Amino acid sequence: MTTQRILIALTLAASLSASGAAHAAEGAPVPPAQKWSFAGPFGKYDQGQLQRGFKIYKEVCASCHAMSLVSFRNLAEPGGPGFSAAQAAAVASEYKIKDLDDKGEVIERPGRPADAFPAPFANDRAAAAANGGVTPPDLSTMAKARTYERGFPWFVIDIFTQYQEQGPDYITALLLGYKNPPKDFVLPPGGNYNEYFPGHVIAMPPPLSDGQVTYDDGAPETVAQYAKDVTAFMMWAAEPHLVQRKRIGFQVMIFLIVLSGLLYFTKKKVWSAVH
Amino acid sequence: MHGNSTYQPQSKIGQWFEKRLPIGGLIHSSFVAYPTPRNLNYWWTFGGILSFMLGVQIITGIVLAMHYTPHVDLAFKSVESIMRDVNYGWLLRYLHSNGASMFFIAVYIHIYRGMYYGSYKEPREVLWILGVIIYLLMMATGFLGYTLPWGQMSFWGATVITNFFSAIPGVGETVVTWLWGGYAVGNPTLNRFYSLHYLLPFVIAGVVVLHVWALHVSGQNNPAGIEPKSERDTVPFTPYATVKDSFMMVAFCILFAWFVFYMPNYLGHADNYIVANPAVTPAHIVPEWYYLPFYAILRAVPDKLLGVLAMFGSIAILAFLPWLDTSKVKSARYRPLYKQFFWLFFAVCIGLGWLGAKPAEGIYVVLSRILTIYYFAHFIVVLPLLGIFEKTKPLPNSISESVLGSKA
Repeated sequence: MTTQRILIALTLAASLSASGAAHAAEGAPVPPAQKWSFAGPFGKYDQGQLQRGFKIYKEVCASCHAMSLVSFRNLAEPGGPGFSAAQAAAVASEYKIKDLDDKGEVIERPGRPADAFPAPFANDRAAAAANGGVTPPDLSTMAKARTYERGFPWFVIDIFTQYQEQGPDYITALLLGYKNPPKDFVLPPGGNYNEYFPGHVIAMPPPLSDGQVTYDDGAPETVAQYAKDVTAFMMWAAEPHLVQRKRIGFQVMIFLIVLSGLLYFTKKKVWSAVH
Repeated sequence: MHGNSTYQPQSKIGQWFEKRLPIGGLIHSSFVAYPTPRNLNYWWTFGGILSFMLGVQIITGIVLAMHYTPHVDLAFKSVESIMRDVNYGWLLRYLHSNGASMFFIAVYIHIYRGMYYGSYKEPREVLWILGVIIYLLMMATGFLGYTLPWGQMSFWGATVITNFFSAIPGVGETVVTWLWGGYAVGNPTLNRFYSLHYLLPFVIAGVVVLHVWALHVSGQNNPAGIEPKSERDTVPFTPYATVKDSFMMVAFCILFAWFVFYMPNYLGHADNYIVANPAVTPAHIVPEWYYLPFYAILRAVPDKLLGVLAMFGSIAILAFLPWLDTSKVKSARYRPLYKQFFWLFFAVCIGLGWLGAKPAEGIYVVLSRILTIYYFAHFIVVLPLLGIFEKTKPLPNSISESVLGSKA
């Protein structure tokens, strides 16, 4: 699939070299296409990668960003990071969740698998106040909520190659896109220069640094690896049933192709008397 | 509906019932014995596909409605809970959202087929106008439905589209406030959009019944554009049309499934995965792809009121097509000039669709204006004149002759 995609892409890029201009029109470079285990018709999440990504989310992102649509129980669901039910419960129990006791008093209890990931701030205004006036966006659907302009002819080619990882590619590029601003660029106070962020000024300081998060599986502890792992985790958070969707999709495709073949020959037989 | 039925129930109960309510005969005459021209090509299968898509949308929609909450604070979350926690909820929602696009792909093919083969001409004018009404209702339903997930594009799309009505002189602002149920798009707007989104598909189904009824009175047009003259020109609906329609329906489902299972968000906007925020305007507010040509026409006109009129006019003009096209020959097969103008018009519509997705600036505005003018000129200038000046090819004497002729 990937080589086929590259071949198609190269052929069309050669014949329509103007396409590069469409990307550049927005003022930001095109995020480089990463290799994702979940891309393509047989794509699956890489369990190890999701577990590493979760670790980064937990230790880095979650201190500012909420992920309120994801629950601890989701960590143990099929097609995801592959935690056991006990492991998911153990992760949940590390958190303190605000609740009411029988008398209606506000208490803090240990988290349960059914709890959603707790938000780092009490509300959006508190989050904004603690982050220079900008609320860090919720990451639950982030991997599907970001994209970049594909332009003609790419948006046509994408239908055939099934390329739909603009979101993950953009997020990884953004996480790796912190640079020193060009000489004539005026950076407003509290802003950080990022090559891929629209307008180049992002409130979030570079969140990742080499060696920041310890991996137990021997994966390199580099910013490049962190960025990819946490992006994959965000993709799972946004589309937790992707693996099931693609698996069922393949079965549906086989069924439909066989059925349409049978119907085609039935049609030929029925019409043979008329033609 | 046509008196083609020789339907006689076998059983005593069947005969008893048929005497009191001849529904078996109705079905038999409409979908079994109904004579269809023998030369129909595959472009004629999209009517059946459209009925199927309407069914898919209604069934998935009814189940989605069981899990959806039409409230500004809960709508986005309830859609996400459908995606995450409802059993096969992701499948239902992706079927429904991509189903809307498939519905429009099918309806555009259906409309262009009608234009190419002159299916709107006598005696099918009412059939055609009912089709235009269905298309308008589909556009309204699609727009209302896109508001429901209450993402950024839902909210801002609803704001832009409802604002069209503020262009009405004098009472525009009042009308918009009345539509919103407030002074901005808000909870009352979402509630009424939900209510109407549930209502309109059934209105569509009602007009579809009229559309099919009118079809069964006048009979189908066909690629030769001449009416059947003898039994040799037609074949019974079942099995001939049924098996052909079934094949294409399943083939169409392959396309449908490709999007649903492999790229379910391709036809949507990333911004709609951000919860609606009245304080933040998205960089580009773009409607769904199926509205883009009309959006381009709207923005091509510098004046707001005239722009809105041009946009609605571009759809309304379709209803007058039977009288704007003055040619007596129906099918483009025998109209060498019209055939070229048809494809030019098709290209102009695609071009307008592309421009609708571009920002309204620079060369895009100029191109939009040129194509908008051509769009209207096609109906008002080209079609009336072609009927007068075009030298058409000789028509075959009968449908069966045209079939045998093409074989020889």
